[in-house]
Amino acid sequence: MTQEAQDAVGDYKYGFHDPEAATIRFDKGLSEQVVRDISELKGEPAWMTDIRVKAYHHFMEREMPTWGNCDSLAGIDFDNVTYFLRSSDKTEKDWDDVPDDIKRTFDRLGIPEAEQKWLGGVTAQYESEAVYHSIREDLEEQGVLFLDMDSGLKEHPEIVKKYFGTVVPHTDNKFSALNTAVWSGGSFIYVPKGIHVEMPVQAYFRINAKNMGQFERTLIIADEGSSIHYVEGCTAPTYSTDSLHSAVVELIAMEGAKIRYSTVQNWSANVYNLVTKRGVAYKNATVEWVDGNIGSKLTMKYPAVLLKGEGAHAEVISVAYAGEGQHQDAGAKVHHLAPNTTSNILSKSISKNGGRSSYRGMLQVTPKASGCRSKVVCDALMLDEDSRSDTYPTMEIGNSTADLEHEASVSKVSGDQLFYLMSRGHTEEEAMGLIVNGFFEPFTRELPMEYAVELNRLLELEMEGSIG
Amino acid sequence: MTEVLLRVENLHVSVGDTPIIQGISLEINRGEIHAIMGRNGAGKSTLANVIMGHPAYEVTSGTIHYKGKNIEEMEVFERARAGMFLSFQYPAAIPGVQVGTFLRKSVASVRGEAPSPRAFRQELNEAMKQLDMDKSFLSRYVNDGFSGGEKKRLEILQMLLLQPDLALLDETDSGLDIDALRIVAEGINAVAKETGCLIITHYQRLLDLVKPDVVHVLIDGKIVQSGGPELALKLEKEGYDWVEALV
Repeated sequence: MTQEAQDAVGDYKYGFHDPEAATIRFDKGLSEQVVRDISELKGEPAWMTDIRVKAYHHFMEREMPTWGNCDSLAGIDFDNVTYFLRSSDKTEKDWDDVPDDIKRTFDRLGIPEAEQKWLGGVTAQYESEAVYHSIREDLEEQGVLFLDMDSGLKEHPEIVKKYFGTVVPHTDNKFSALNTAVWSGGSFIYVPKGIHVEMPVQAYFRINAKNMGQFERTLIIADEGSSIHYVEGCTAPTYSTDSLHSAVVELIAMEGAKIRYSTVQNWSANVYNLVTKRGVAYKNATVEWVDGNIGSKLTMKYPAVLLKGEGAHAEVISVAYAGEGQHQDAGAKVHHLAPNTTSNILSKSISKNGGRSSYRGMLQVTPKASGCRSKVVCDALMLDEDSRSDTYPTMEIGNSTADLEHEASVSKVSGDQLFYLMSRGHTEEEAMGLIVNGFFEPFTRELPMEYAVELNRLLELEMEGSIG
Repeated sequence: MTEVLLRVENLHVSVGDTPIIQGISLEINRGEIHAIMGRNGAGKSTLANVIMGHPAYEVTSGTIHYKGKNIEEMEVFERARAGMFLSFQYPAAIPGVQVGTFLRKSVASVRGEAPSPRAFRQELNEAMKQLDMDKSFLSRYVNDGFSGGEKKRLEILQMLLLQPDLALLDETDSGLDIDALRIVAEGINAVAKETGCLIITHYQRLLDLVKPDVVHVLIDGKIVQSGGPELALKLEKEGYDWVEALV
């Protein structure tokens, strides 16, 4: 790692990188040919190639967003991105068959251990594609489909064709267009009617190569009365040049179904993280986003829920941690499109060492959505004077029967809290770590325990060496 | 054999440009209980806080020795690890941090090693039983939404677990009803034999239950009178006017 990169990221724990061992690597830069080549290489049906090409043209024509951190966005050099990199010729079902260097990476990240202990299934994606995939036999027997997205398209094209791009069309925004054009990897899940997947299934996304673009595409369909908890973790090594992560996630919760999607993204400080996540909840269904954003250079991510059926419920709990040189522009969007729908949004952010965190929220209640309830709470914690926090809430309320609550607070760590904790034997850094963990607790308690422990440890590491 | 735990010599303390403590000298031996009494604003809490190392207070002259060592350069957490403890008048709330976690981490910090989960649980159960505290306390957030009495009980619980050599108890009796006061006093008495205690209070009522060896009267940042327990009784009966007349 260069000294420059080291200085930029401090003690980012996952900043190591392994030698690149690509079996196929595309030249940097994007063109219609690159898009066609990706599709052809994957042996995709023509309809998918057509969608990709259409999306590519839309991406080229679409302006960059004119809101958010435009200066930072302008720093993306689309010509200097590798759009496709294959590290392994196939997706292995046995961990032992994964190429050694890649296996080593995931070993260091603790993935196989986690699978043995507490997961119902695992996908490990390295660069553009999954290198390892497994699912518990009992789930498979119940008809649960859990595949990487490329295999999903191959084995279940009829389902993919029916739902792909229905929740996040390629015309949604510039980055959803880019993802649709060059997507690779991600997860495909279908849970049959009435099946409850008790153990969470997990995908782990790792960018290893320099100037890499990772464009995973995830589609989760929970059929009537079913439920699933999907967990996603991400890391990348630390380089002095930037990488681009631009995913699209589509969730579909049919009548009475429940999908929980938990993320802890811990990108290094050179990753642009521009992700479109949206779910649809039909009658009495629930979509929950539990979204943690640590690291990255710029994150723009607003998990959204369309409450389309009566009695549907949305839950968005998110935390963002912005350190030096980082901007977390995150939030939530909930659209109440049907009567008696309910939503809860809780957003917590921490800014430190000049970092910036923004909450950007959208709450919409359409005229026909009577009897809706929504509660939005945004709390920001500033750890020093140099840091910044902003809130940009938008509300479009078209029905007067809506019952809405909005609370926002900005607070600083108080000297009294620090003195109190230090008088109990904690150093200032440890005291800060406790306060920060406590602030994120409403989020952390929603995570599987292993993730919660890891997140707390991570935040404590972030506090180390931070006090002068 | 007497062991001098705390020696305060001609201490002067300011907050900003305002002098608060103006020449206090005091010596506490292990096993002794000292009470500091005085009206609001006399500097009682300042004394406790400055001994613990609160950064808002500046020692302008004089010294504080703890176990024979000048502690001027010691950080707050180092003082805690060396066996000093402050029971706060207004303990800060730490939202999101569970009492159980906080206690375990604090005990580990002060002792220098984490106790085994099993031994710690047992220790905790006993201490909580002694203070008549319900187990549900452990999953609540530290001082968050606690009543005055609950906060004070948590302070004393920490004292029992951290087993300090020197305990500074700042208005620990305020906000307690009679039953809670008795329980808290029992807690203090349980550690007092092995500890040096400095009890800061307005009222006699705690001193009925925790017998002080020495009572000091603090007025305008100075100790104007020291004596035995009878001094506290006299203050209770006659108020502070007669001591003020001595100044």
